[in-house]
Amino acid sequence: MITRSAHEMAAAMVAEEVTSEKLTQDHFDRIAEVDADVHAFLYLDHEGALAQARAVDIARANGEKVGPLAGVPLALKDVMVQKGIPTTAGSKILEGWRPPYDATVVTKLKNAGIVILGKTNMDEFAMGSSTENSAYGPTHNPWDLTRIPGGSGGGSSAALAAFEAPLAIGTDTGGSIRQPAAVTGTVGVKPTYGGVSRYGLIAFSSSLDQAGPCARTVLDAALLHEVMAGHDPKDATSINAPVPQVVHAAKNGNVKGVKIGYVKELNGEGYQAGVRSRFEESLELLARAGAEIVEVSCPNFEYALASYYLIAPSECSSNLARFDAMRYGMRVGDEDGVSAELVMNLTREVGFGREVKRRVILGTYALSSGYYGAYYGSAQKVRTLIIEDFTKAFANVDVLVSPTTPTTAFKIGDKVDDPLAMYLNDIATIPVNMAGIGGMSLPCGLAPEDGLPVGFQIMAPAMQDQRLYSVGAALEAELLTKWGAPLLSRIPALGGAK
Amino acid sequence: MTTLSRSDVANLARLARIEMTDSELDHLATEMDVILNAVARVQEVATPDIKPTSHPVPISNVARPDVVVPSLTPEQALSGAPSKEDGRFRVPQILGEE
Repeated sequence: MITRSAHEMAAAMVAEEVTSEKLTQDHFDRIAEVDADVHAFLYLDHEGALAQARAVDIARANGEKVGPLAGVPLALKDVMVQKGIPTTAGSKILEGWRPPYDATVVTKLKNAGIVILGKTNMDEFAMGSSTENSAYGPTHNPWDLTRIPGGSGGGSSAALAAFEAPLAIGTDTGGSIRQPAAVTGTVGVKPTYGGVSRYGLIAFSSSLDQAGPCARTVLDAALLHEVMAGHDPKDATSINAPVPQVVHAAKNGNVKGVKIGYVKELNGEGYQAGVRSRFEESLELLARAGAEIVEVSCPNFEYALASYYLIAPSECSSNLARFDAMRYGMRVGDEDGVSAELVMNLTREVGFGREVKRRVILGTYALSSGYYGAYYGSAQKVRTLIIEDFTKAFANVDVLVSPTTPTTAFKIGDKVDDPLAMYLNDIATIPVNMAGIGGMSLPCGLAPEDGLPVGFQIMAPAMQDQRLYSVGAALEAELLTKWGAPLLSRIPALGGAK
Repeated sequence: MTTLSRSDVANLARLARIEMTDSELDHLATEMDVILNAVARVQEVATPDIKPTSHPVPISNVARPDVVVPSLTPEQALSGAPSKEDGRFRVPQILGEE
């Protein structure tokens, strides 16, 4: 049962083949079996999850109306606050903190009857592409435990690929949902900015951060998307408009007459051969299914990475000022005669990891008097140019596509001492965040040279997220026909292998 | 070519309220040079005629009706405090001795 999709699990509960309590316990058993190797989870909430599962089972038995994902287990990225449940965002500075409130996304999950198993590992404050920046140790890719599961949401993607949960929540500031999905052979969607509430999402870069669904199928992602999304008065940047019809789109995947542009600048040099060949095969499948494929040039995308690594650190240097050792979290050096400022400095020295410090310092520099215009100001102008590239492209095509990442999963430790090499992982995912539009990654095969998953990225204009699902479901169906079974059926067995 | 000295980084660390050792400052100064030279590429295309974008969604002044709504109790608000006293946050000395 645990290898099925979320909507199949839900159907099995409706058909009374299984209870949510049994399903939840089966997932905890699987976690107990494999998570010592994978390390996807930072915290497990056995008691709360089983209580929620039993409540859904009782409601169903009483004939009460429950949501389409009621009783289905989910893994929650540790950047989302959940009342009473330890929430660290992968940082030592929040070790042991139990939030006094729920994020809006968490409230929506609970109201939908979804069972939250626990909190997943991540790069500290979502800064990273490998989960190696977690203060609690890295997560391992279930396809090859010596490799990274992507980041920052590597815990969520690994949990899906290891069959520890059928659904997960991620957040995506520069690719933190899509890149982990790509390297683990799972599906991840970054909705349009403002489509999902950021209330209770621990902020990294507020103009870029967006929570979204992670799953093993396009339809499962759509079902979760619909639960999470919608206007929230508690988030001033939340869009007050109806949620795009993503479930309908996922159930009716179709590319007949759809114009698909592949981005010239997001392919070629720097992209692994097997990534390119799998991507190009998918383009052929889409063409055969009736799509019109054209080449599109977005010349300013080559400046996106540089712009991102000014904007995101600038915003994080401001956002992370809240970790001041005064109201919650860690406090170091609080002795008689030691000033509040020194306590703050000492706490942040111990509480923050290397990458977080690097970005806070970089952001502080980019925003400082005398350098603001040259760095942060220029980066904001590049953001305008990237948005213009997208606007021009979407005047001619319905969606844009590219490989999600330039390479498959690399070895743990390989890039940890080279920040610039690490940043390159997000080269194809960052433009979407800069423009605030929606993006999806879905698995499109294994690279022949290393046998590791490759991700196919789809990008759609703002508030047109249904196009991601329509095209994604069509490609998924074509690939399934070609393969005969889902890609994850080829993942090596975990547990007891040691 | 931007180069930051140890004292430049020490000043940034002071502004960012992070204590750092000399070896950390040296290491970071080297890394900052590499990163800054890479990100300075934005200056190649950021001409004066381009308007900056600070936010992807053009919205401003979102307000709600000025009415009292349920919020955290003092106990909840203090629940994560590293130190508290008489229902308030206890913080280290802020002002110098008079």
